Amino acid sequence: MIPARRARSTPEPVALHDRAMDNLRFIRETMERSASFTAVSGWAGVAMGAVAVGAAWIARGQTAPMAWVVTWIVAAGLSFLVAVAGMALKARAAGMPLVSGPGRKFASSFAPPILVGGVLTVVLFLHGEAALLPGVWLMLYGTAVVTGGAHSVRIIPLTGIGFILLGVAALLAPPAWGDAFMAAGFGGLHLVFGFLIARRHGG
Amino acid sequence: MAERGAARKRAPKEHELATLTGTADAGPLHLDQMIHERVRLGIVSALAVNGSVTFTDLRGLLDTTDGNLSAHARKLEEAGYIACKKSFEGRMPKTEYALTPLGRRELQAYLDHMEAIIRATRS
Repeated sequence: MIPARRARSTPEPVALHDRAMDNLRFIRETMERSASFTAVSGWAGVAMGAVAVGAAWIARGQTAPMAWVVTWIVAAGLSFLVAVAGMALKARAAGMPLVSGPGRKFASSFAPPILVGGVLTVVLFLHGEAALLPGVWLMLYGTAVVTGGAHSVRIIPLTGIGFILLGVAALLAPPAWGDAFMAAGFGGLHLVFGFLIARRHGG
Repeated sequence: MAERGAARKRAPKEHELATLTGTADAGPLHLDQMIHERVRLGIVSALAVNGSVTFTDLRGLLDTTDGNLSAHARKLEEAGYIACKKSFEGRMPKTEYALTPLGRRELQAYLDHMEAIIRATRS
């Protein structure tokens, strides 16, 4: 009798436990996915756009390839700081930790194309192919935005696609247009999409 | 009293589980069906971590249809769990949802409820 009772009563608590766990998991995942898009700061995007426009203006006055590359690398470093600060402020305003699931997921998807871009920058520069860098940077940054924002609101991967297309155009266009493409991409696309994200997705 | 005490001793887990899961004889401590439904649980969870979310974003996030989302959102709105704000962006209508204090309390109660089930089944 006792084993029979056990056999009958055991499945219920297990199923209940599983269902409760499943519900909690669903809640957590929904929160994480929905929070991932709000973590991207539109206003930081606008600021990054302004940095890029300034950098393009400075870069086009540089005659030495090294000075040109350093100008853009400094601008990238500045933009990185602005982006992290923007995300931290936005996460704090929403009462969420920055280095939780969504932040970590975004960073782990965003980082690989950027690291590849870093390696290619060194290699292309050493081979005297710095003229290819604007196209390569735009395409790889676009790839990082597409992969980082894959589970985000549609505007994030769309922004990335814009960068990729501009990168392709930069690679096909005359090398002298490099800074113009950099200004259009890192400046223009950041300004436009940053403003749209800020307006529609809470800052 | 002695009988109730004995019953409790005999099957404390079953009694607790019945109360937690809202079976017919469980009384007022039933699961909040308003939140328990998957799409509505998704809406409330998404709104809990954002100030407000647009209809389009919620639809993409929960991977559901216009009709399904608007039906569930309306139910939550009628229950006072969420608030809906309609506006225009240029000529495009825009619907935004936000969690009300009641909705936040009910989600918290639901989370407590789930944790209680897990605790009860573990003990």
